[in-house]
Amino acid sequence: MSVPDITTSATLDQALNPAQPDGETTTRRMTLNMGPQHPSTHGVLRILLELDGETITKAEPDIGFLHTGIEKQAEALNWQQVVTLTDRMDYLANLSNNLAYALPVEKLLQIEIPDKAQWLRVLLVELTRINSHLVWLGTHALDLGAMTVFFYCFREREDILRIFEMFSGQRLMTSYIRIGGLALEPPRGWQQAVKKFNDALPSRIDEYEELLNLNPIFLRRVQGVGVLPLEKLLALSVTGPLIRAAGLKWDVRKSEPYSSYEKFDFDIPVYTESDVWARYRVRMEEMRQSQRIVKQALEGMPEGPWKADAPKVVLPDREKMKTQMEALIYHFKIVTEGFRVPAGEAFVPTESPRGEIGFFVVSDGTSKPLRVFMRTPSFGNLQALPALFEGNLVANSIAALGSLDFMLGDVDR
Amino acid sequence: MLPEPMQSLPVPAALEAWDPHAILNASLDLGETLLWISPGKIVSVCKELRDNQGFERICGVSAIDRYPLEPRFEVVYFVHSVSRNIRLKLKVALPGTAPAVESVTCVWEGANWYEREAFDLFGIRFEGHPNLKRIMMPEGWEGHPLRRDFPTHGHKYSYQNE
Repeated sequence: MSVPDITTSATLDQALNPAQPDGETTTRRMTLNMGPQHPSTHGVLRILLELDGETITKAEPDIGFLHTGIEKQAEALNWQQVVTLTDRMDYLANLSNNLAYALPVEKLLQIEIPDKAQWLRVLLVELTRINSHLVWLGTHALDLGAMTVFFYCFREREDILRIFEMFSGQRLMTSYIRIGGLALEPPRGWQQAVKKFNDALPSRIDEYEELLNLNPIFLRRVQGVGVLPLEKLLALSVTGPLIRAAGLKWDVRKSEPYSSYEKFDFDIPVYTESDVWARYRVRMEEMRQSQRIVKQALEGMPEGPWKADAPKVVLPDREKMKTQMEALIYHFKIVTEGFRVPAGEAFVPTESPRGEIGFFVVSDGTSKPLRVFMRTPSFGNLQALPALFEGNLVANSIAALGSLDFMLGDVDR
Repeated sequence: MLPEPMQSLPVPAALEAWDPHAILNASLDLGETLLWISPGKIVSVCKELRDNQGFERICGVSAIDRYPLEPRFEVVYFVHSVSRNIRLKLKVALPGTAPAVESVTCVWEGANWYEREAFDLFGIRFEGHPNLKRIMMPEGWEGHPLRRDFPTHGHKYSYQNE
């Protein structure tokens, strides 16, 4: 008996299924379990795939493996304590989450945030955007087989994390943006640290683009892959870079400015192809725009206090607390009972690196929230996964999955 | 039944003209427009908003538990028009026993997971939803964790049967 020639797929099939008579092949659909532990799902996501050969006919995401009940826990904590929970949702964009939570609560409290605090918030949130996009770029390129980019990206990410550590004492779970301003006074020498990083960034982004933009393997894996029309994306509640890569010029920072974003000059990158390549270019361009915003924030940083003048909400200075009776009383009240928020409800949408994030906070007038609904971008964006997968090849699914840039902590909360 | 200061707002006024019985109540607090919709009309209101008012997307759906008050649940719909840059909150009040409302997935596909989440965590049924099953909690979980009478601590669950 001769060894079958398995260089062509027809004979490979015969070799694998020797019982089949020649010319008659039966096909059957296979169900494949992708995840929950799978390197390219970037977290604990399980996808049930139904395959017809190499083509995905049905994809069903199964989420909830990282569900920690953050919305439930928020109802048991003080208003200020909830800030620490928001860090743990989207653990690559902690400061964006802090800000998204602080804004609606400040809206209910109707406190005025001083300019310096607002500008520092913008600066930190834009650094967070660069940080998040760097991690996305590194892991996305790694999924597609380009390993070097990963090391380059994490080199710059390290610099950003050092800046965060300088500000807050923490690299990841910063909790630096608090209700009423910032957690601590900005450290000595922060301008130099941010300026050094920010001035070097454009040439670093050029380096990544040199590695990828003309790389034929990368281009073939991303161009024309994972295409979805704009109407479909809009109907599926998809936001952020994905929708801008589909041709819609919509960014919450421009359409509904918050935290004095209207004072900054930046562009919204828009592409119309709506494939993985367009999403890649949108995010690269967003990093450059964030760099511009950080530069403007550095140069035009206003002088003044870094927290609001609201003694019932914001903790007093150490010095005042030890010398003034009222400050000590307020300190005691805030730390033990927490401050009260007037009854009402507020929703403020903001633009996180992944899309639209908005916290809907409901107060019944006590020192704990009645309800905090977290409209997170990853949850909405992940709904597009079946539409991205179905009818496409398994090999392309990894590129499409990476282009969604979801964070499972943000999906499950 | 729009209150006086809201009659000049374009979208609530247009909805009021389209069906005078759809809006039960309305308010404008902190610059956010809130419309209370009659529970039976939520789908037709959403269709009208999408087709004739330019609301292309739904930003999210969630619920509030007002236990022990009655009506206990409020389902909140955050709808958004990107082209007109208008956001609306729609609310539907539901009773504490067997809360159910029609699903708006037929209007915006994106409501799918949000309604599943509200079903999972609050126990509100969305009639006509294509795939109404638990999304966050494990299958076979008893109770709905985001209800106010569900304990934050001390709930026992065993993974032995999985």
